[in-house]
Amino acid sequence: MGGAAGAPPFNGMSDLALENALSRRTSRRRIRAFDAAVLALTMLGLWQAIGSWTNGVAVSPPLQTLVYLFGLLRTWMFWDHAAATLEAFLLAFALSALIGLALGLIFGVRRFAGEVAEPILAGFYTIPKVTLYPVVLLVFGLGMSAKVAFGVMHGLVPMTLFTLGAVRSLPPVLIRTARVLRLSPGRTMRWVLVPACLPAIVDGLRISFSLSLLGVLIGEMFSSQRGLGFLLVNGMAQHNVPLSTAVVTVIVAVAIAANTLMLRLGGRTARRPT
Amino acid sequence: MTQRRAVLLVRIAVLAGLVALLEICCRTGIIDPLTVIPPSDMIASMVDHVGSGELNESIVRTFSTIALAFVLAIGCGTLAGALVHRSPRLRDVADPLLASYYSVPTFIFYPLLVALLGLGKAPLVVLGVLSAAPAVMISTLSGLDGVSPVLMKIARVHRLSPGRTLWWIVLPAAMPRLFTGFKLALSYALIGVIAGEFILSGTGLGYAISFAYQSFDNRAMYGLMLFVLLVAVIANGILYVWEGRLARRRSTG
Amino acid sequence: MSEQTHVALNEVVRRFDGPPTVHALGPIDLVIRRGEFFSIVGPSGCGKSTLLDVLCGLVRPTSGSIQFEGRELRGEVPDGIGVVFQEDSSMPWLSVRQNVAFGLRTSGLPEREVRERVDHAVSFMGLAQFADHYPAQLSGGMRQRVCIARTLVLRPRLILLDEPFGALDQQTRLLMGDELLRLWRETGATVLLITHALDEAAMLSDRVGVMSARPGRFIDTVETGWLRDRDSRIVSDPKFGTLTARLWSSLREESLKAMGRAA
Repeated sequence: MGGAAGAPPFNGMSDLALENALSRRTSRRRIRAFDAAVLALTMLGLWQAIGSWTNGVAVSPPLQTLVYLFGLLRTWMFWDHAAATLEAFLLAFALSALIGLALGLIFGVRRFAGEVAEPILAGFYTIPKVTLYPVVLLVFGLGMSAKVAFGVMHGLVPMTLFTLGAVRSLPPVLIRTARVLRLSPGRTMRWVLVPACLPAIVDGLRISFSLSLLGVLIGEMFSSQRGLGFLLVNGMAQHNVPLSTAVVTVIVAVAIAANTLMLRLGGRTARRPT
Repeated sequence: MTQRRAVLLVRIAVLAGLVALLEICCRTGIIDPLTVIPPSDMIASMVDHVGSGELNESIVRTFSTIALAFVLAIGCGTLAGALVHRSPRLRDVADPLLASYYSVPTFIFYPLLVALLGLGKAPLVVLGVLSAAPAVMISTLSGLDGVSPVLMKIARVHRLSPGRTLWWIVLPAAMPRLFTGFKLALSYALIGVIAGEFILSGTGLGYAISFAYQSFDNRAMYGLMLFVLLVAVIANGILYVWEGRLARRRSTG
Repeated sequence: MSEQTHVALNEVVRRFDGPPTVHALGPIDLVIRRGEFFSIVGPSGCGKSTLLDVLCGLVRPTSGSIQFEGRELRGEVPDGIGVVFQEDSSMPWLSVRQNVAFGLRTSGLPEREVRERVDHAVSFMGLAQFADHYPAQLSGGMRQRVCIARTLVLRPRLILLDEPFGALDQQTRLLMGDELLRLWRETGATVLLITHALDEAAMLSDRVGVMSARPGRFIDTVETGWLRDRDSRIVSDPKFGTLTARLWSSLREESLKAMGRAA
């Protein structure tokens, strides 16, 4: 999608023709910007409609939410909760990413182990992990460790699977080259495997990011007195609709922003010459 | 022994080993029995509760909700995907949305759905569809992209009608990726519905688990959990095996 | 129009709308005789594939007309034309036998006849051993043979092939060329082969048309004068060398032009 980077597709064309081709691309970009604006307005409109139609019982309308949000951002309470979520999330994400990366590399390189493990991991990915929450609560109790456990429970497996897939689709000649150069396993991983698999790893990080966040939020909903997830549930329990809507807005905005950022990053690593 | 059989056997051995380990740890008290009960007890509990018929209503309710969400998700997803595929302009709008869709935790909208649609099946079905349909849409787009243009030329050379082109060429050519979407749809619909029931519902298996937990009835809780997990594994497993059989022909053997 | 004329192109031009507008092909004037083996060679980008699309009716020319068996083509592929494309068009979800039978699905023929024709085409193309295999298990050359067999069962009167052996190694190409000649002789169809390989064109054809760089027009048509009963061993005939040299002398200039553009 979008204009391809690199040489223009019309070889041997006159300058005028090339100009025409480029102007067609800019006008396409303009159309896309217009469509995006229309979409954004439609979604806002829908939000407003639902908000006013339900008399603010389900959602509070956009403007009201925005006003409330600005007020909320100025309270110490909000940032306290946000910090709690951030702390748990960073820990969960780091654990998921590092352990997932390590496991993925091991399973990718050790083919047999990888083949044994992959369906098990893929199977774990498809089951409703919500049914395991009570177990996590029983094992970890309430509080931070349960939240982080939830996060890791969601974020670890995708990271492992993505990395595993990346290593498996590596051209074998790279590993042979590493062997010929007599690199130690650690160096093979650091100097050959990881750089070559980087685009897929970044993709895995992106998914793991979203899922670790999801896990932490769910954990907060069940087992914590602090954090944005708790704030959301609390808002619902107290029928404080502007609060819950505002929290949802913050979560959605952060999630999409982070995802878009990682998509861009991933795209750039993909194009970088190895 | 072929590679495949060896892998299968080791996998079964590993799983059996883990279960055995858990059993031993629970029985010897290494793991507190108030936290986790031994697997054999879990199985017994599951057989008791499911066999007694007390869960029949919940089972029917949950599975029918999942089935409905699954079918709707596939219907809406393939249709939407096909429509978007035909219009480059729509596609330009839809692509970034789809790319970001799954970064947002869908369940945070569940209370909104309940407020809009009341308690009962509707919000659960909608939640399931919201979870599953975009995956179907994405894989439909991917599948249609993957239909080689030369096959479309062949359709015209053989003078096939549009309907036959769709049925005889486009659908079979796109099927591998479409099937991936169906697998995801089942998995997401199942997760969405059960998560919804768990969080905020009065009936269904998800709620039954939550209720057991809150009533400190560990035995019932684990039995139900095991049941749900088994069903999930079996359902996904069936699709996985089916896909494998379809794919084997098209791969290099 | 003589009875011998199978396909006639008259002032055919093909332009692609832009911006920018690309003048891809023409004007082309060409007459292909019934039952002949006609090859088209030309530099890359000259519009050979566009010409094929126009010839079989997949694409309407911007101006000019094409007549097949006396009737004008109007953007639809008529009955009696078979096409083998450059890209592999075998269907990965069907076995070899099912692929070959595909063309007869809409024919309304009784099942027994379908089976007969399929069996004949499959063994004719040397695929009998692999009849129940799937394309993924076959080599590139074999997959192209499946595509040719699929065309054969329809008993086309005109067979168009667009660089069908492009992806194959030289030796396989030579053998496939012999196959193609055998097919041509036994079916009595008119064959139109598009190729970039001059030796292939010189060896296989009754006539060779040389196209210019884009916009492609015919700058030369060479009669080879070979006997109908020929195979790849005619490469040892001195006339083969002369033919190839003549084709290259016409083509070299145009190829340079095409390459200059791509720089």
